[in-house]
Amino acid sequence: MKINDVILRTVTKAVVFIILTLGVYLFFAGHHAPGGGFIGGLVLASGIVLLYLAYDIETVHKGMPFDFKKVAALGVLLATGTAIGSLFFDVPFLTQAYTYIDVPIFGKMGFSTVTIFEAGVALTVVGVVVTIILSISEDE
Amino acid sequence: MVTVLIAILLPFVCAALIPLLYRRLRRVTHLGWFVISVPFILFLLLARYIPQLAEGKTFIHTYEWIPSFNINFTTYLDGLSMIFGLLITGVGSLVILYSIFYLSTKESLHHFYCYLLLFMGAMLGVVFSDNLMVLYTFWELTSVSSFLLIAFWHHRKASRAGAKKAMMITVFGGLSMLAGFLMLYVASNTFSIREIVANVGVIRDHALFTPALILILLGAFTKSAQFPFHIWLPDAMEAPTPVSAYLHSATMVKAGIYLVARFSPVFGGEAIWFWLVSVVGLVTLFWGSFNAVRQTDLKALLAFSTVSQLGLIMSLFGLGSVGHYYGYGESSILYTQASFAALFHLVNHSTFKGALFMMVGIVDHEVGTRDIRRLGGLMSLMPITFTIAVIGSFSMAGLPPFNGFLSKEMFFAAVLAIRDVEAFSIADVGLFFPIVAWVASIFTFVYSLILISRTFLGKLQPEKMDRKPHEAPLGMLISPIILCLLVVGIFFFPNVLGHYILEPAMASIYPTFPTTSELTPHIYAWHGINTELLMTLGVIIIGIVLFKTLKSWKPLYRIFSQKYTFNTFYNRMIEMSENGSEKLTRKYMTGNLTHYFVYIYVFFVALIAGYFIWSDAMTFHFDRDSAIESYELILVFVMIFAAVWMIFAKGRVTAMLLNGVLGYSIAFFFVIFRAPDLALTQLVVESVTTALFLLCFKYLPDLMPEVPRKRIQWSKAMISIFVGATVTIVGLAVVHYDRFEPVSIYFNDAYELAGGSNIVNTILGDFRAFDTMLEVVVLLIAGLGVYALTKLKPRKEEADHEN
Repeated sequence: MKINDVILRTVTKAVVFIILTLGVYLFFAGHHAPGGGFIGGLVLASGIVLLYLAYDIETVHKGMPFDFKKVAALGVLLATGTAIGSLFFDVPFLTQAYTYIDVPIFGKMGFSTVTIFEAGVALTVVGVVVTIILSISEDE
Repeated sequence: MVTVLIAILLPFVCAALIPLLYRRLRRVTHLGWFVISVPFILFLLLARYIPQLAEGKTFIHTYEWIPSFNINFTTYLDGLSMIFGLLITGVGSLVILYSIFYLSTKESLHHFYCYLLLFMGAMLGVVFSDNLMVLYTFWELTSVSSFLLIAFWHHRKASRAGAKKAMMITVFGGLSMLAGFLMLYVASNTFSIREIVANVGVIRDHALFTPALILILLGAFTKSAQFPFHIWLPDAMEAPTPVSAYLHSATMVKAGIYLVARFSPVFGGEAIWFWLVSVVGLVTLFWGSFNAVRQTDLKALLAFSTVSQLGLIMSLFGLGSVGHYYGYGESSILYTQASFAALFHLVNHSTFKGALFMMVGIVDHEVGTRDIRRLGGLMSLMPITFTIAVIGSFSMAGLPPFNGFLSKEMFFAAVLAIRDVEAFSIADVGLFFPIVAWVASIFTFVYSLILISRTFLGKLQPEKMDRKPHEAPLGMLISPIILCLLVVGIFFFPNVLGHYILEPAMASIYPTFPTTSELTPHIYAWHGINTELLMTLGVIIIGIVLFKTLKSWKPLYRIFSQKYTFNTFYNRMIEMSENGSEKLTRKYMTGNLTHYFVYIYVFFVALIAGYFIWSDAMTFHFDRDSAIESYELILVFVMIFAAVWMIFAKGRVTAMLLNGVLGYSIAFFFVIFRAPDLALTQLVVESVTTALFLLCFKYLPDLMPEVPRKRIQWSKAMISIFVGATVTIVGLAVVHYDRFEPVSIYFNDAYELAGGSNIVNTILGDFRAFDTMLEVVVLLIAGLGVYALTKLKPRKEEADHEN
């Protein structure tokens, strides 16, 4: 049975951008407002899953030729890397540092190593969720 | 002293580099040429400190690792660790040189050398660590790398079995040793061996002192293959010969002896230590040599001979511990010379046994068999190998002019001296020691003769050999020749070794004695006609007689029925524990999801509700609760409706959508209670899981309407109600629970401490970042697990790995 999914595809085209933008926004908002690495990653993943639902795997893979297992691995590497990195500055494991820098146009902005850590979390979530959904749906 | 730290870390670093180098190097040259540089450089680095150690200096270096638990990476270089360090790196270099010619480039060399370097680093870690926990970690790592190396040819069933057996026995010992270490820690409040030695007077009266002694000895005995744990060593001979020469004769099996030597200042004066170490050592000495005689495989013969020689060294340390009982005095050299002989024989054994193992490897490599029933007459075809065999065997048998003669004579002197000791009521069984030692030496002489004559003398049997025998290539001969030169060299200049290497080690074993120079006897090859020399002569005469009449008394071995060997006992035990655990597991792992849920929920209710009732924490105060709004009531009713409907739902999709209703309602509650983070997460998680469920359900058959018996239905209902009640009551009670210090105080200062005003995220990313980090790792593992389960199904032809 062939499902007519014109509506789904058309909606997806527009909605995916909103979802992905929301995901990125949530990721950066996390420091001072609701959001963060986990939720940001989850929203990004749900956007990608929506793409897979609307289109077939090959089409999406052409647009995003990532191996999502590697994305997840990269995420874990970032998360553990920032943890180990603190040892090189002679502070306890997993110490996070932050500072405020005046950036032209944006004004005073906070920079923190937590962002790298959270990026690791987000990438792991995206990688793992997509990997699981792809492996189950590709299974014969 | 950073050198020692480098010595421990360099092999590990190089082991990590091997996978990268392997692809580049495999075309150009043998990987071994790179690996050999590691032990060689370390040998030179360590050797530079010999003169300073001979002057009585020691070097200590501490890197604080986990100071809150008293676990520090403390390296300690003294005489005792120096001997082992030199053995590990020295024999290591020779063995790797040998392996370059022994293993062809077609073997998976990157695995082999990676494991070998791993072992080298771990072994150096064992002997240089002052901290008990660090020592234990490296100790187990040697067991692991030994396991990997024994199973190097893992397509062979015997290799895998041997590796498993070695692992089981040595790790069993390692774990009991860990328990012993922890007891020592309780008694002394320190993990540092030096501090324990310094405070031994206080520790000795502690109730855990004797249990710790026994448990630590268990670790030492299993590692050093002492009776009755020796059974793993002959099976470990399935490893490639360089591994047998290195791990299973020169270094790893001596870790137990190192431990005994290292702890003799702590336990040395105890009667139980003396009896256990010396008697177990002597029994091992006898049993090993007695069994070596009947072996037909050259490597098995050498394995039993190693067992026996390890027993000899062990018993000497036992005899030497009497010196601790008497303390420093006029006559202390009478007893301390036993420890000296132990150290001396330790070095000698590594030289001659290393050469012999390499010799057997050469025979195996060039002839294609190492069964003495198929060998013979190789003397004229392999003259250099024959010379190596003669030098090694005669040294092992205790004949001049080889180093084994000197240490064997000192061994006899030590067992003779022990007759006159009045402590520990030794005098009652005084003759036991010399007699066992002497009988065991006769058997040693016999199997040394068998080793030479059955391989090299007699008639050549070319029809039984796989290949046409010829002399080995020069590269394979270099290492054993160097070892043979040492065998002869030590005989002629024993006191150089004694002064520079053995004397500083004596200071480590007897740290309380003011001077060690008088503890170090001057070694003479000729000391006049005395009892020791007569004993050696007796060994030679009776040994030759026994060898000539071997056929007539060999049936003696058949008296020992196969039913009652230690191997059958071990196999029976393994089989029983495997069957028992399988039976137990099958009882509750039924494959039925409902059963698993029952276990989980019953356990949950029993633990949580049980704790709250037991600790009398079920207190409720409703006075401070806020009023319940009408829209909250609506949400609650929606949830109740969905939950009840779910029980009666006919299809999976319906049930799953109703589950979604529950999830989204909870998200609403989060919104109402002003937890936007949680609400957001709950919403997205709910959406993604719903999508996942829909995907999975496509592959499942339709839900079968099952009508279980009434009783089961009721019990399930009861469990559900109990779980619900527990969650509700606990939820209400925890609001006023005040048994623990609240951990949330510092969250108030989140902005100052972590620079973020979203407290939830500062908890996740900063305060409790360790949890988050490990959760991320778990998530990756789970994802890879799903991938592996669905994608990597075993191909049919690969299902059978047995050969």
